[in-house]
Amino acid sequence: MSPLPFSLQLVNALATLLLLSSFAMLSQRRVVSLVNLLALQGTVLFLATLLLAWRTGQHHLYVSAALTLALKVCFLPWLLHRLIRKLGVYWDAEPLLNISGTMLLGVLIVVFSFGLAQPIVALASTATRSGIGIAIAVILLAFLTMITRRKATSQLIGFLSMENGLFFGAMSATYGMPMIVELGVALDVLVAMLVLGVFFFQIREQFDSLDLHHLESLKEGK
Amino acid sequence: MNPMEWLTQTLAVVAALVAAPLFLGWINQCRAWLQNRSAPSILQPYRGLVKLFHKDAVLAESVSPLFRAAPYVVFAAMVTAAAIIPSTSTRLPFASAADAIALVGLFATARVFLSLAAMDVGTAFGTLGARREMMVGFLAEPALLMIIFVASLISATTALPVISEQLAAHSLGLYPSLAFTSVAFTMVLLAENARIPVDNPSTHLELTMIHEAMMLEYSARHLALMEWAAALKLFNYACIGFALFIPWGTAMGRAGPAALLLSVPLLGVKLLLAGAGLALIETVSAKLRVFRAPEFLATAFLFAVLGLLVHLLLGA
Repeated sequence: MSPLPFSLQLVNALATLLLLSSFAMLSQRRVVSLVNLLALQGTVLFLATLLLAWRTGQHHLYVSAALTLALKVCFLPWLLHRLIRKLGVYWDAEPLLNISGTMLLGVLIVVFSFGLAQPIVALASTATRSGIGIAIAVILLAFLTMITRRKATSQLIGFLSMENGLFFGAMSATYGMPMIVELGVALDVLVAMLVLGVFFFQIREQFDSLDLHHLESLKEGK
Repeated sequence: MNPMEWLTQTLAVVAALVAAPLFLGWINQCRAWLQNRSAPSILQPYRGLVKLFHKDAVLAESVSPLFRAAPYVVFAAMVTAAAIIPSTSTRLPFASAADAIALVGLFATARVFLSLAAMDVGTAFGTLGARREMMVGFLAEPALLMIIFVASLISATTALPVISEQLAAHSLGLYPSLAFTSVAFTMVLLAENARIPVDNPSTHLELTMIHEAMMLEYSARHLALMEWAAALKLFNYACIGFALFIPWGTAMGRAGPAALLLSVPLLGVKLLLAGAGLALIETVSAKLRVFRAPEFLATAFLFAVLGLLVHLLLGA
């Protein structure tokens, strides 16, 4: 029934795991678990990249896999855990929408992005093109995670998860971006992470909280 | 019907009737071990049934005939379901009468009668239990249907024995969609059979119970039938799970008596593993607040829908 070779089936299975971890992030209330889920998502991405590199024989994919492992599985989660410990934010306040509502919205987003991916899939020629729809879904779900959270840390994690989706999308559409772009994006994420980390301390100092609603009012002392 | 079909059909029903209380006993035993208690015998549910059948029934003055009829209807629905589900063999003459969707309807019939009977007496607990049961039911049913739809899409039929045969035939392949739906199915199984994250089967604490609250007014043979039906329901759900996700070992199609003989111990092994797994899930998870149950079931529904979407996208 399945004409696909086993390694590609495995890539597909990993893609669905990626989608699953996005949904788990959407439903998670604890910030610490969010970071762990981000690390899990990074691990899945690493495995998928490695498998694809081995399957297609594209050597630069090995480099991106190593980059993913170093940055997304080890360094960033470690940095985030440290940040959370220092800031003392373990819980996000009630999300803006209730969890079941967010989940149903998430399903609609998945339907939308699978539909959106249909014409791209028809044009792409890679063996992993069916992953494009999942990548778009992961990006939009990360977007939803950012929208429905109040705390700055959770929004940052949503941002990082979005980058995971972009990376996977590029991988399934064209077997990865050019090396220079990939390095640039990795550096971007790293710098953004470091700058935002400093930023959080400033925000907390100003408002005594990480709730970004405070940033919306212009007047001081409100 | 030829004699072989008679044999497979009878075997399916008898196996269900005999194994259901044993399965329940096995789960209770595993739970006791995991919780460092001394375990009750695996035959304990049988002893309970025998004891109840020997007692005289007491009925409230205000009951209508519906209350008396409900245990028989619920029990009959569960036995009929057991006759349709391919537990030992897929060659079931009964199964052509009802497909998987009718099976869900059969479970719904049992639920409706159970709830009506609970409300019939007019006590507060019965009504409370019935309302909660309906709340869980209306969320679990669409999830169960979605799960069946995924399997139906893969095998292009809604007849449960044929689905089972098809899935067993092309087994060499990863099905991410089936992985999603198996998680969803486990969640639905826990919710529908009043197991721990949603309801606690071993409590009579008024504020948290769902299933027990509905049976408070029953006694003697009525209660025995209700409890036997509950055990059968759990057994049926487990067998649906086997048919969809681990169909190997069931006697397929026109297989001879040897395969049929082999399928019974294999079913036993599957039940042992599933029971231990269930006991483990129940031990490590805490009971949810009643108002968190919709969230739990919404997640199950979501998993099933994701399985469907992934199947449509990846074709696997």
